[in-house]
Amino acid sequence: MRYLYNFGQYCLLIARSFAKSPKPAIVRELIVREIDKLGIGSLFIVCVISFFMGAVIAIQMAAQIETPLIPMYTVGFGTRETIILEFSPTVIALILAGKVGSNVTSEIGTMRVTEQIDALEIMGVNSANYLILPKIIASVLIIPVLTIISIVLGIFGGYVACTTTGLLDATTYVYGITLDFKTFHLVYALIKSFVFAFIITSISAYRGYYVNGGSQEVGKASTQAVVNSSISILLWNFILTRLLLL
Amino acid sequence: MIEIKNISKKFSDRQVLYDFNATFEEGMCNLIIGQSGSGKTVLMKCLVGLLEPTTGGVYYAGTDFTKASEKERKRIRQEIGMVFQGGALFDSMTCEENVAFPLRMFTNWNKAKIADRVKFCLDRVNLSHAYQLYPAELSGGMRKRVAIARAIALNPKYLFFDEPNSGLDPQTGIVIDRLIKEITQEFKTTTIINTHDMNSVVEIGDKVIFIYKGHKHWEGDGTNIVNSNNKELIEFVFATGLLKRVQNTF
Ligand SMILES: Nc1ncnc2c1ncn2[C@@H]1O[C@H](COP(=O)(O)OP(=O)(O)O)[C@@H](O)[C@H]1O
Ligand SMILES: [Mg+2]
Repeated sequence: MRYLYNFGQYCLLIARSFAKSPKPAIVRELIVREIDKLGIGSLFIVCVISFFMGAVIAIQMAAQIETPLIPMYTVGFGTRETIILEFSPTVIALILAGKVGSNVTSEIGTMRVTEQIDALEIMGVNSANYLILPKIIASVLIIPVLTIISIVLGIFGGYVACTTTGLLDATTYVYGITLDFKTFHLVYALIKSFVFAFIITSISAYRGYYVNGGSQEVGKASTQAVVNSSISILLWNFILTRLLLL
Repeated sequence: MIEIKNISKKFSDRQVLYDFNATFEEGMCNLIIGQSGSGKTVLMKCLVGLLEPTTGGVYYAGTDFTKASEKERKRIRQEIGMVFQGGALFDSMTCEENVAFPLRMFTNWNKAKIADRVKFCLDRVNLSHAYQLYPAELSGGMRKRVAIARAIALNPKYLFFDEPNSGLDPQTGIVIDRLIKEITQEFKTTTIINTHDMNSVVEIGDKVIFIYKGHKHWEGDGTNIVNSNNKELIEFVFATGLLKRVQNTF
């Protein structure tokens, strides 16, 4: 019952946020600021994680291949597919659910408990539209970009790992990563990251918007937001994979 | 002028306001006094539409705000300025940007005209030196003054203050009270102030309504309040030790 109520409240809030703003110039300004805060602010962590995960994936691939029946270029091929299909869109989204999600919830939640949202409403500003929509637009624009960066760095990490440890020579790895490349897999990854970006920001904004109480409740809401968006990401990952790949 | 007729408010099973009637005149400071938890904030939120009253109506110059369409509400809201208990300044903006915000949102003025108006408002609350500071860098009294500047930016007809003196020392409190009174008279606003501060009652109470456990218990002006024979009101007025001693000497 409680879940149904929350879900209904969530849908209404997000619907209310998709309104036409009386001042598009202000919205554009906010979107740019959010891209900077949510996207550029997460760039460093995304790069570091992707590089090292790519390296580890490649080494583990190479370690699995014991029979000469499987060609060594499988390492490049496997690393590429793992990163494009699952690691970059899903794992990065889960990490961003922690970073971006808690940021969005605590910002909006603090505005709720310090009556800043009431102040907006009193002025006649649609607070959902003003606070939530720019964050959603910014994240669905920038998180797919972060995903592409993550893919590139992950594959590069694998390359560096293979060549520096001498597990594999550069030409074999490069042959592997160009082998049988399906553009659709990239599209699939981008669709996923787009959906996950929407999930992270909208759920976190919802959790913050309806905080009741003080700073302690803001903290609890942030945790809730991370848990809720992570579970939703995993669920939608399953649904999208079933729909798009089978 | 604002009239409230038979307002009551219930939260699920908890009744907070009972059958409240009042009239607030233009150019006057209307005080709503009462203990913490007596329902002042809930009443004010019903007045401005942040909460929907369970029954009754709020009339702004004759228009029923509670039944108004979304569009009409928006129009009335642009004539309302409100100062919240903690100021409710936007933390991500400087003082100047806070005051400019309603102007950018609701006028088509150019930058120069907005800057002029911001300067006028910040000067009016004696804060000509704090333009570039963020709310976190201000004292409590300054924060209240920026909030007042923001509330008057669009030349409102109605001004609401929720506990303007809370968290301030008595001297700063009186400065804020006087500022509220001056602004009310200067701009002929209908001003409604929630407070539990007896200094304010004496200083600026043109009309005082005493709210007790959600009921309107007494109505009068700031000067005849001490002569009232309403038991709960007298207990509230002479709550502090200092005032009790003063009361006993008469
Ligand atoms: N959203 C709410 N839900 C339930 N009860 C509330 C709500 N807001 C206020 N109350 C209750 O209403 C009563 C009056 O509160 P309030 O108007 O804030 O008092 P005050 O006079 O101190 O401003 C309090 O007992 C409070 O617990
Ligand atoms: Mg209150």
